[in-house]
Amino acid sequence: MASRKEAFMNTIRNEIALSNAQELLNKTNEKCYAKCITKPGTSLSGSEETCLARCMDRYMEAFSIVSRSYQTRLARERDASA
Amino acid sequence: MDNLNFDEPTRKELQTFIEREQAQSRYNSTVQNMTSMCWDKCVTGTPGNSFSRGEASCLANCVDRFLDASIFMTKTIQDQRARLQASQPETF
Repeated sequence: MASRKEAFMNTIRNEIALSNAQELLNKTNEKCYAKCITKPGTSLSGSEETCLARCMDRYMEAFSIVSRSYQTRLARERDASA
Repeated sequence: MDNLNFDEPTRKELQTFIEREQAQSRYNSTVQNMTSMCWDKCVTGTPGNSFSRGEASCLANCVDRFLDASIFMTKTIQDQRARLQASQPETF
Protein backbone atom coordinates (compact mmCIF):
# COMPACT_ATOMS: atom_id res chain seq x y z
CA MET A 1 0.00 0.00 0.00
CA ALA A 2 2.75 2.42 1.02
CA SER A 3 4.73 1.78 -2.12
CA ARG A 4 1.66 2.16 -4.32
CA LYS A 5 0.96 5.46 -2.60
CA GLU A 6 4.55 6.59 -3.15
CA ALA A 7 4.35 5.59 -6.80
CA PHE A 8 1.14 7.56 -7.22
CA MET A 9 2.67 10.65 -5.58
CA ASN A 10 5.81 10.39 -7.65
CA THR A 11 3.80 10.15 -10.85
CA ILE A 12 1.93 13.33 -9.94
CA ARG A 13 5.15 15.13 -8.94
CA ASN A 14 6.90 14.10 -12.15
CA GLU A 15 4.01 15.15 -14.35
CA ILE A 16 3.82 18.56 -12.72
CA ALA A 17 7.59 19.07 -12.91
CA LEU A 18 7.57 18.05 -16.57
CA SER A 19 4.73 20.39 -17.44
CA ASN A 20 6.42 23.29 -15.61
CA ALA A 21 9.68 22.65 -17.45
CA GLN A 22 7.86 22.44 -20.78
CA GLU A 23 6.03 25.68 -20.15
CA LEU A 24 9.27 27.46 -19.29
CA LEU A 25 10.99 26.02 -22.35
CA ASN A 26 8.13 27.05 -24.65
CA LYS A 27 8.17 30.58 -23.28
CA THR A 28 11.95 30.79 -23.57
CA ASN A 29 11.77 29.65 -27.20
CA GLU A 30 9.10 32.20 -28.01
CA LYS A 31 10.84 35.13 -26.28
CA CYS A 32 14.33 34.36 -27.53
CA TYR A 33 13.23 33.67 -31.07
CA ALA A 34 11.51 37.05 -31.10
CA LYS A 35 14.60 38.75 -29.72
CA CYS A 36 17.39 37.00 -31.58
CA ILE A 37 16.01 35.95 -34.97
CA THR A 38 14.80 39.23 -36.36
CA LYS A 39 15.19 38.25 -40.02
CA PRO A 40 15.21 34.47 -40.57
CA GLY A 41 17.91 33.47 -43.08
CA THR A 42 18.71 30.12 -44.68
CA SER A 43 20.44 28.92 -41.48
CA LEU A 44 21.17 30.16 -37.96
CA SER A 45 24.17 32.46 -37.93
CA GLY A 46 26.87 32.33 -35.28
CA SER A 47 25.72 35.59 -33.79
CA GLU A 48 22.13 34.37 -33.66
CA GLU A 49 23.28 31.28 -31.77
CA THR A 50 25.27 33.41 -29.33
CA CYS A 51 22.22 35.60 -28.82
CA LEU A 52 19.97 32.55 -28.24
CA ALA A 53 22.35 31.04 -25.69
CA ARG A 54 22.62 34.29 -23.73
CA CYS A 55 18.90 34.94 -24.01
CA MET A 56 18.10 31.50 -22.54
CA ASP A 57 20.34 32.20 -19.56
CA ARG A 58 18.78 35.62 -19.05
CA TYR A 59 15.23 34.27 -19.32
CA MET A 60 15.93 31.66 -16.63
CA GLU A 61 17.52 34.40 -14.52
CA ALA A 62 14.47 36.62 -15.03
CA PHE A 63 12.28 33.70 -13.91
CA SER A 64 14.24 33.36 -10.69
CA ILE A 65 14.26 37.13 -10.01
CA VAL A 66 10.48 37.25 -10.50
CA SER A 67 9.96 34.16 -8.34
CA ARG A 68 12.10 35.65 -5.56
CA SER A 69 10.28 39.02 -5.61
CA TYR A 70 6.92 37.29 -5.64
CA GLN A 71 7.89 35.12 -2.67
CA THR A 72 9.13 38.17 -0.74
CA ARG A 73 5.87 39.97 -1.48
CA LEU A 74 3.73 37.00 -0.45
CA ALA A 75 5.64 36.75 2.82
CA ARG A 76 5.15 40.48 3.45
CA GLU A 77 1.39 40.28 2.74
CA ARG A 78 1.13 37.29 5.08
CA ASP A 79 2.93 39.19 7.87
CA ALA A 80 0.71 42.23 7.32
CA SER A 81 -2.50 40.22 7.59
CA ALA A 82 -1.29 38.07 10.51
CA MET B 1 -8.36 7.89 -7.68
CA ASP B 2 -11.40 5.68 -7.03
CA ASN B 3 -10.22 2.75 -9.09
CA LEU B 4 -6.84 2.66 -7.35
CA ASN B 5 -8.49 1.20 -4.25
CA PHE B 6 -6.71 3.21 -1.58
CA ASP B 7 -8.07 3.00 1.93
CA GLU B 8 -9.79 5.99 3.50
CA PRO B 9 -6.83 7.50 5.45
CA THR B 10 -4.60 7.16 2.40
CA ARG B 11 -7.23 8.86 0.26
CA LYS B 12 -7.35 11.77 2.68
CA GLU B 13 -3.58 12.02 2.65
CA LEU B 14 -3.48 11.96 -1.14
CA GLN B 15 -6.20 14.58 -1.30
CA THR B 16 -4.06 16.91 0.85
CA PHE B 17 -1.02 16.07 -1.23
CA ILE B 18 -2.82 16.93 -4.47
CA GLU B 19 -4.17 20.19 -3.09
CA ARG B 20 -0.64 21.18 -2.10
CA GLU B 21 0.70 20.26 -5.52
CA GLN B 22 -2.09 22.23 -7.18
CA ALA B 23 -1.25 25.31 -5.09
CA GLN B 24 2.40 24.92 -6.05
CA SER B 25 1.36 24.61 -9.67
CA ARG B 26 -0.73 27.79 -9.50
CA TYR B 27 2.23 29.60 -7.95
CA ASN B 28 4.40 28.36 -10.80
CA SER B 29 2.07 29.54 -13.52
CA THR B 30 1.71 32.96 -11.87
CA VAL B 31 5.51 33.26 -11.90
CA GLN B 32 5.56 32.11 -15.55
CA ASN B 33 3.03 34.78 -16.53
CA MET B 34 4.76 37.56 -14.62
CA THR B 35 8.15 36.55 -16.03
CA SER B 36 6.77 36.79 -19.56
CA MET B 37 5.14 40.15 -18.93
CA CYS B 38 8.10 41.65 -17.05
CA TRP B 39 10.58 40.35 -19.62
CA ASP B 40 8.73 42.26 -22.35
CA LYS B 41 8.65 45.37 -20.21
CA CYS B 42 12.17 45.34 -18.79
CA VAL B 43 14.48 43.55 -21.20
CA THR B 44 14.49 45.78 -24.23
CA GLY B 45 17.98 45.32 -25.71
CA THR B 46 19.88 42.31 -27.03
CA PRO B 47 20.51 39.88 -24.15
CA GLY B 48 24.02 40.20 -22.74
CA ASN B 49 26.12 38.08 -20.40
CA SER B 50 24.30 39.50 -17.41
CA PHE B 51 21.42 41.85 -16.70
CA SER B 52 22.25 45.51 -16.36
CA ARG B 53 21.49 47.01 -12.97
CA GLY B 54 18.48 48.76 -14.49
CA GLU B 55 17.06 45.57 -16.01
CA ALA B 56 17.46 43.58 -12.79
CA SER B 57 15.76 46.22 -10.65
CA CYS B 58 13.05 46.71 -13.28
CA LEU B 59 12.26 42.97 -13.12
CA ALA B 60 12.05 43.00 -9.33
CA ASN B 61 9.93 46.20 -9.26
CA CYS B 62 7.72 44.87 -12.05
CA VAL B 63 6.34 42.13 -9.79
CA ASP B 64 5.55 44.47 -6.91
CA ARG B 65 4.01 47.15 -9.11
CA PHE B 66 1.89 44.59 -10.97
CA LEU B 67 0.48 43.38 -7.66
CA ASP B 68 0.01 46.97 -6.42
CA ALA B 69 -1.82 47.85 -9.63
CA SER B 70 -4.06 44.83 -9.32
CA ILE B 71 -4.87 45.62 -5.66
CA PHE B 72 -5.49 49.28 -6.56
CA MET B 73 -7.91 48.42 -9.35
CA THR B 74 -9.77 45.89 -7.25
CA LYS B 75 -10.15 48.52 -4.52
CA THR B 76 -11.32 51.13 -7.05
CA ILE B 77 -14.03 48.82 -8.32
CA GLN B 78 -15.13 48.00 -4.78
CA ASP B 79 -15.31 51.72 -3.93
CA GLN B 80 -17.36 52.47 -7.03
CA ARG B 81 -19.72 49.66 -6.18
CA ALA B 82 -20.05 50.91 -2.61
CA ARG B 83 -20.81 54.45 -3.84
CA LEU B 84 -23.40 53.12 -6.26
CA GLN B 85 -25.02 51.07 -3.53
CA ALA B 86 -25.12 54.11 -1.22
CA SER B 87 -26.79 56.25 -3.88
CA GLN B 88 -29.38 53.66 -4.93
CA PRO B 89 -30.10 51.63 -1.81
CA GLU B 90 -33.50 50.42 -3.05
CA THR B 91 -32.10 48.55 -6.06
CA PHE B 92 -29.78 46.36 -3.97
